[in-house]
Amino acid sequence: MQHIRAHVLVCGGTGCKSAGSKEIQLSFAKYLEEYGLQNEVMLVETGCHGFCEHGPLVIVYPEGTFYCHVKPEDVKEIVENHLYKGRIVERLLYREPLSHEQVPNYSEIGFYKKQQRLVLANCGAINPEMIEEYIAVGGYEALAKAVTTMTPEDVIDEVKKSGLRGRGGGGFPTGMKWQFAKNSVSDKKYVICNADEGDPGAFMDRSVLEGDPHRVLEGMAICGYAIGADEGYIYVRAEYPLAIKRLRTAIEQAEAMGLLGENIFGSGFNFTLHIKEGAGAFVCGEETALMASIEGKRGMPRPRPPFPAVSGLWGKPTNINNVETFANVAQIIVNGADWYCQYGTQGSKGTKVFALTGKINNTGLAEVPMGITMREIIYDIGGGITNGKKFKAVQIGGPSGGCLPESMLDLPVDYDSLIAAGAMMGSGGLVVMDEDTCMVDVAKFFLNFTQSESCGKCTPCREGTKRMLEILTRITEGQGREGDIELLENLAKNIKETALCGLGQTAPNPVLSTLKYFRDEYEAHIKEKRCPAGVCEKLASYTITDACRGCGLCARNCPVQAISGKIKEKHVINQDICIKCGACMAACPFKAITKG
Amino acid sequence: MTMVNLTINGKQIQAPQGATILEAARAAGVYIPTLCYHPELRPEGACRLCMVEASGARTLVASCVYPVSEGMVVKTNTDKVREARKTVVELLLANHPKDCLCCQKSGDCELQKIAADLGLRRIRFEGGETKAHTIDCSNPSLVRDQEKCILCGRCIRICRDVQGMSVYSFAGRGFNTIVSTAFEHDLKDAVCTYCGQCASVCPTGAIVEKDDTEQVWKAINDPDKVVIVQTAPSVRVALGEELGIPAGSIVTGKMVAALRSLGFDKVFDTNFSADLTIMEEGHEFIDRLQNGGVLPMITSCSPGWVNMIELKYPELLPHLSTAKSPQQMFGAVAKTYYAEKAGIDPAKIVSVSVMPCTAKKAEAQREEMCDSGYRDVDIVITTRELGRMIREAGIDFVSLPEENFDSPLGTGTGAAVIFGNTGGVMEAALRTVADVVSGEDLPKIEYDEVRGMEETREAVLTIAGKEIRIAVVNTLGSARKMLERIKAGTADYQFIEVMACPGGCIGGGGQPVPVNREIRQMRREALFDCDRMSELRKSHENPEIKALYDNWLGKPLGEKAHHLLHTHYSAKVR
Repeated sequence: MQHIRAHVLVCGGTGCKSAGSKEIQLSFAKYLEEYGLQNEVMLVETGCHGFCEHGPLVIVYPEGTFYCHVKPEDVKEIVENHLYKGRIVERLLYREPLSHEQVPNYSEIGFYKKQQRLVLANCGAINPEMIEEYIAVGGYEALAKAVTTMTPEDVIDEVKKSGLRGRGGGGFPTGMKWQFAKNSVSDKKYVICNADEGDPGAFMDRSVLEGDPHRVLEGMAICGYAIGADEGYIYVRAEYPLAIKRLRTAIEQAEAMGLLGENIFGSGFNFTLHIKEGAGAFVCGEETALMASIEGKRGMPRPRPPFPAVSGLWGKPTNINNVETFANVAQIIVNGADWYCQYGTQGSKGTKVFALTGKINNTGLAEVPMGITMREIIYDIGGGITNGKKFKAVQIGGPSGGCLPESMLDLPVDYDSLIAAGAMMGSGGLVVMDEDTCMVDVAKFFLNFTQSESCGKCTPCREGTKRMLEILTRITEGQGREGDIELLENLAKNIKETALCGLGQTAPNPVLSTLKYFRDEYEAHIKEKRCPAGVCEKLASYTITDACRGCGLCARNCPVQAISGKIKEKHVINQDICIKCGACMAACPFKAITKG
Repeated sequence: MTMVNLTINGKQIQAPQGATILEAARAAGVYIPTLCYHPELRPEGACRLCMVEASGARTLVASCVYPVSEGMVVKTNTDKVREARKTVVELLLANHPKDCLCCQKSGDCELQKIAADLGLRRIRFEGGETKAHTIDCSNPSLVRDQEKCILCGRCIRICRDVQGMSVYSFAGRGFNTIVSTAFEHDLKDAVCTYCGQCASVCPTGAIVEKDDTEQVWKAINDPDKVVIVQTAPSVRVALGEELGIPAGSIVTGKMVAALRSLGFDKVFDTNFSADLTIMEEGHEFIDRLQNGGVLPMITSCSPGWVNMIELKYPELLPHLSTAKSPQQMFGAVAKTYYAEKAGIDPAKIVSVSVMPCTAKKAEAQREEMCDSGYRDVDIVITTRELGRMIREAGIDFVSLPEENFDSPLGTGTGAAVIFGNTGGVMEAALRTVADVVSGEDLPKIEYDEVRGMEETREAVLTIAGKEIRIAVVNTLGSARKMLERIKAGTADYQFIEVMACPGGCIGGGGQPVPVNREIRQMRREALFDCDRMSELRKSHENPEIKALYDNWLGKPLGEKAHHLLHTHYSAKVR
């Protein structure tokens, strides 16, 4: 028997792949052979580890040594020193951003220490393209247990008891949703996995699909058994080619093993799965628009009721859950609801995966128990704000979520606390902003996104968000008017009340939450024609301070000849001519130009 | 039917389970404004105007799609509701041209009415971006001005769900969403039949009939022209609605008087040529039946229908009767027989027709419709356009004394007048065919078997001892289904009548708006009344028709008739 003494895990997630992990893998194969190690060191391509900021990542087991920013030319050194001679390559180790300490071991890194990786347990640990690896870590045990020892009602009861809530945004209790679909009487039912992850900067679902696709298939099959469906669709955006490829491989492998298809585990339960590639409309993440899209129609939401559980895909009862929700199911069935309930809070059980982005040191994917504070996520896991800047706000819940200020940092992260604070769990986007961020600009950014992604069907969303955006735009351009804030609030209120679907109903959230917590910034823009963060170009004014030595570089770089002054004397900017391009500031060698 | 109890504005009411709040409210006499809702189309809940407060709902709900439930408490007039509705209309108006006073739809515009009803006095979003599109006036029938489109989607739904053509669809996202034809082609390049149903349901002026009234005024005021006019059967029971007279009123005599006051030299009746159509089409059917012609034979007087079969099912064109429509038979006869008889140079005749139909405008312009040696019909206006001309001329329509049509093209039978109802052409044809085949003057006049409002009806009749299997179809959606059955060999009929519009011409795309099932029903009854009041009720008994054949045409399907009264069809590719 072959004896493997070490494993080299090369991350094959989208982030690391685009940073060149494929060459690293090839390089390892080459050098392992060159050093004669190919029979004792196993090379594995895994899914995403979540720490994409530091990719490409290589982890060497059994030590769990975590190498980051690995380049193909580093591979020879790792093979020779670490794998051949047993010496860790220190220069490639991770350093904590705040303490600057080197951390050799994967599990000791701050980013991972406070995480509770249940859904992401296999991501980065197994080869997602080999079903055997998934089975080796307990995969498909839950499906076997469900279909051979439990009734559909038992399965639903267990999911209900677990307190699992939808991870796609709404947070609706999953067990109850399944119950509704089960209660609908029909000759045909469907299970749909919503993998149309569209929030800017969010990649939770992509990583699960790329790193552990079978977990999602297993969750869907269990759902099919529970509600009485024999067919399912995974609606995944076409912009996720790797996820689609791995899903296809996974479905083929599961079918070949009889884990999908006819008479699964001899139970008489049949379940087949299809992949439907979405064309990239954000609104197709809304369940009724998603179903319309599967049916080949334009992705536009329709009013509910009837809910999909009664009349869904092709008019048949349908249960739709998000990727992460399905990824939670297998462990609940195997370990039981009581086990699952140990994680999380009273009203929000389990964990949630967040995509940390923005002005944060450790950008990446983090899975945390519900109820953890925002502060822990941002400072302990996220490693704090980049460049030692001051924290200003965090946008949670994607473009439909809200911006929370520093005073809310100790807010427990769970469904209900976030809603109460004017944000929402959403699908788990978490964008951190520092003191250099203008909150009016941020609101404009998110509204611009939802406005352009509106399907155009209902008046409030199509026309209303456009007018809100126009008002925000004029505020950031110094054309804000008295009464604009009230007008924004009034429009926002009416859009929330009258829009047809979740996209429209939540589109005003970024504006409302920034108005709630950062109203003074809006007022500064409107009344004083000033952007406190110095972001809004049209409100910025550049001035030359006494540090000016009169070198004339600024004047030479000014594209509109707005700067005048004699050589070796302090220069002046003519504000009437200045187009606020910032070229002077960039050119000044003495930091004598300020913006405010 | 299970009923549920609910409260609307404090009033206890009952409504059938599954009904929407809007349906329940309207049944209880509570008015809720709507825009995208249309009683005959599947509700979409898109415009968000019909918002109401409903107990148990998190936000306001769209009453047109929200079902009632037991114990529900609905409020339709709270501050919150009124503010939401006003905001919706304000948002629509902020992106809508402000030239209401010069708009063709002014007065009939639902958006205009709702803005007035809601007391909207100010738009808070002036100066914002508004949509900009060029106007599509590429075709003879319809004009689309997308700047006036409020994206209610009614045109999309009626074209797809009722007419089965799917010319329109939403395209683009967010603020840039439009109602588009395939590849944003002009209608003349889209697979459009010009039936005009989209125009009849459009709440604003975004889709309207092409206005040809100016041409008519010009002709009337040209001293060198002899301007004659024909009026289609269904116009006389709908025109009143344009002029403040209740739906279902018969205004034939006033219409004739109004046309004379407008300055038409001769006022004739399309009923005359409808009888002529029956003579030709009836004999054609007998000929096909007796000589092994292509069956089922299908009527061809609805130009929207002819356009559809030419565009979509050209392989089935041999089924179409070659008889021209009454409008075109009239045109061909007017510039030949009538010109000769009256001693007028046909070059001087301007032949105008008043039709319930927008597709008739295109039909008159078909290349082959010049059998008289001239353009057989020069100008076609719709019922709506005639209504506008009468208003523009300041004619007091209500108090006009009734007048009669001119001769010799002004007499029509009861068989002709029911052409305007679905099943009417079939019934008229049966009245003549039965007499001709049996050689008797049969007492049976009314064929209840073919009457009705259902989209597809069928009957087996015994005529002169022979069984005849017939079908009557209205709406293009049902027509397509029938054609599919013919292709599949499962349509075992000998004669089929097809009308493009719901209910036939009484529901035509050029008829007064608004139109709905009840209004169509009233127009329909009025046409049957016209028939019942007619002395002559069979086309072959029309003395002017007899004179035409005796003195000039010869016999039905004869050589002259063949040249003037029959046509051919060809596949149309767009």
